[in-house]
Amino acid sequence: MFNSKMIIAGMAGAFALSMASEAIAATEIQWWHAMGGRNGELVNEMAEGYNASQSEFKVVPVYKGTYTETMTAAIAAFRAKQQPHIVQVFEVGTATMMAAEGAVYPVYKLMEDTNTPFNQDDYLPAVVSYYTTPDNKLLSLPFNSSTPVMWYNKDALEKAGVTEVPSTWTEVFDASQKLVDSGMKCGFSFGWQSWVMVENFSAWHNIPMGTKENGFAGLDTEFVFNNDNVVNTLQKIADSSEKKLFQYGGRRGESLPMFTNGECGMWMNSSAYYGSMVQQAKFTFDQTMLPLNTDVADKAQNSIIGGATLWVLQGKPAAEYKGVAEFFNYISSPEVQARWHQETGYVPITTAAYELSKKQGFYDKNPGTDTAIKQLSLNTPTPNSKGIRFGNFVQVRDVINEEMEALWAGQKTAKEAMDTAVERGNALLRKFEKAND
Amino acid sequence: MIKRVTFRNLWLPYLLLLPQLAVTLIFFIWPAVQALYQSLLVEDAFGLSTEFVWFENFEALFSDPLYLDAFVNTVVFSFSVAFASMSLALLLAVMADRTIKGATAYKTLLIWPYAVAPAVAGVLWFFMFNPVVGINAYLLRGLGYDWNHYLDGGDAMILVVIAASWKQISYNFLFFLAGLQAIPRSLIEAAAIDGAGPFKRFWTIIFPLLSPTTFFLLVVNVVYAFFDTFGIIHATTEGGPAGATQILVYKVFSDGFIGLDLGGSAAQSVVLMAIVISLTVVQFRYIERRVEY
Repeated sequence: MFNSKMIIAGMAGAFALSMASEAIAATEIQWWHAMGGRNGELVNEMAEGYNASQSEFKVVPVYKGTYTETMTAAIAAFRAKQQPHIVQVFEVGTATMMAAEGAVYPVYKLMEDTNTPFNQDDYLPAVVSYYTTPDNKLLSLPFNSSTPVMWYNKDALEKAGVTEVPSTWTEVFDASQKLVDSGMKCGFSFGWQSWVMVENFSAWHNIPMGTKENGFAGLDTEFVFNNDNVVNTLQKIADSSEKKLFQYGGRRGESLPMFTNGECGMWMNSSAYYGSMVQQAKFTFDQTMLPLNTDVADKAQNSIIGGATLWVLQGKPAAEYKGVAEFFNYISSPEVQARWHQETGYVPITTAAYELSKKQGFYDKNPGTDTAIKQLSLNTPTPNSKGIRFGNFVQVRDVINEEMEALWAGQKTAKEAMDTAVERGNALLRKFEKAND
Repeated sequence: MIKRVTFRNLWLPYLLLLPQLAVTLIFFIWPAVQALYQSLLVEDAFGLSTEFVWFENFEALFSDPLYLDAFVNTVVFSFSVAFASMSLALLLAVMADRTIKGATAYKTLLIWPYAVAPAVAGVLWFFMFNPVVGINAYLLRGLGYDWNHYLDGGDAMILVVIAASWKQISYNFLFFLAGLQAIPRSLIEAAAIDGAGPFKRFWTIIFPLLSPTTFFLLVVNVVYAFFDTFGIIHATTEGGPAGATQILVYKVFSDGFIGLDLGGSAAQSVVLMAIVISLTVVQFRYIERRVEY
């Protein structure tokens, strides 16, 4: 009962099988990441793009949940010797990853060992400096970085009679008073308060948050963010909440609706909220640089980043790391990076991608979207504005959050809150030092 | 009376016990021993360097004033959850026990929340009470109460108690209803004929007869509040504001799984284990005596 149809079907089947076996022959590279939703689609697109560009390797992206979940999953997998090749880790996990010598494969070394062309100077200094050793060697590949900016409601400010966009804290308070007088519920709010109001405030005013170059130069570091500059600013903000100038709305992005509903006129948080703003805000909004406290510094230094990088884990066959290195090269290319930057609102990690976005007219069409990158590259990073590298920092951030909440609730003064935060934070640093020496 | 069975064969009883013993060993004893051992270590997240430190983790724990706060929070939280969920469930069960129209639909609706995952329940209440967009917060503000669980520790505690109890009400309801339906009608009818009112009937006949159920539920609810609620806390308050809803089990979770402090987290779970063991002993030794089966 043979007929030509069956023969064709059989041939097609055999062909499909041979294709499949070819696909299996490509060495798989596991990539665990924390990008959900639209960002997750873009991540898959990147992997597909790379897989189509060559046939030797196949990058498999796996969504593992939140940043914390992804990191703990990778660590658990490492302990069980089932680790992925690449894992996306958020910036507060940097110290943990960095201390894990023998577990991570530093990017500079990976590129050397695999003879992959790689120039660290192609990357934005403010981004790359967060992830380098004290002698400037890159440990993990910058991937998605953002920085806090100040979002403002243009319509509301105009209505309240604020003619100039506030650029100092004094102006922020003045503008907030006018906003409240004009009938708004509050002047300003912010989220990710440890990141925005302590970490970035310190970097922006070029003051240290901790000793030893904010932890870059050694594990025996101590916090110093209970200095007068931070304390006075926070106290002023807490005092202003009595007049409804400031209203607290949660640790992360929970206060976003307060801004997009038109309750608060200004909001300091990550530049990566651009997409949400476009969707939700029914007024003209824009972003500007973080305000400066002129009592602390005459001019702004540069802000520091948040977001995540890609870390390579040890323990896989040497040949597979060639694929990892090539993949890193691919996703750093200007085209791939520019697309990622424009779609997500994260900053471009290479100068070339920034230039390409400029050439494509992205910033002309979307004004304000380059605020973040301008803020990051305002000046060459100093030891105070390079970034932070503190052990157990996930917990330390919680400590800072708790103490700041006590301040906003009026249970503590700024001085008391920051002193306690420093004391509790230092205890966590010592614990980390002990576990990793 | 329980019927006694005598095994002639010496090995058969052990053989029959073996599966249960194996399960206990693998899933209870072994992890518990692991936790004990881990609690004496200071280790980095990747397990690359390990140091044996004897009881340092415990010392650090008990010199931490926040850990003691977490104790107080846990007591307040579990007592409130057990009380709120059991009393409401009993009220609902008594009402559902009467013959009413559409009782099945009514009962089904009451059982639904139990099928909701803790995290989902948490998020649900979080949205309703969200000070910015929540409907309940809006209504409360209308009544003149400025609800804000981001700032007010009391509000946050009320929120997690509501979220945790809401889920448990269904479970308690099922057991109370079954208990109520097992009470012979004749007893209640006789009391009614003797002239006892509904309240008198409830307190002197129904409630005492429900005591085995109540006791069982008390144990289950306390264990639930102690162990099963970290999903709810995580989804609603993350232990905040300023540690006001940080209960012991959530601290174990956040220090271990988020903070990657394995030794400290293990020490906390050992303490938690000790507490629950002693609670169980107290419950079965002293409270159970008052229970009439």
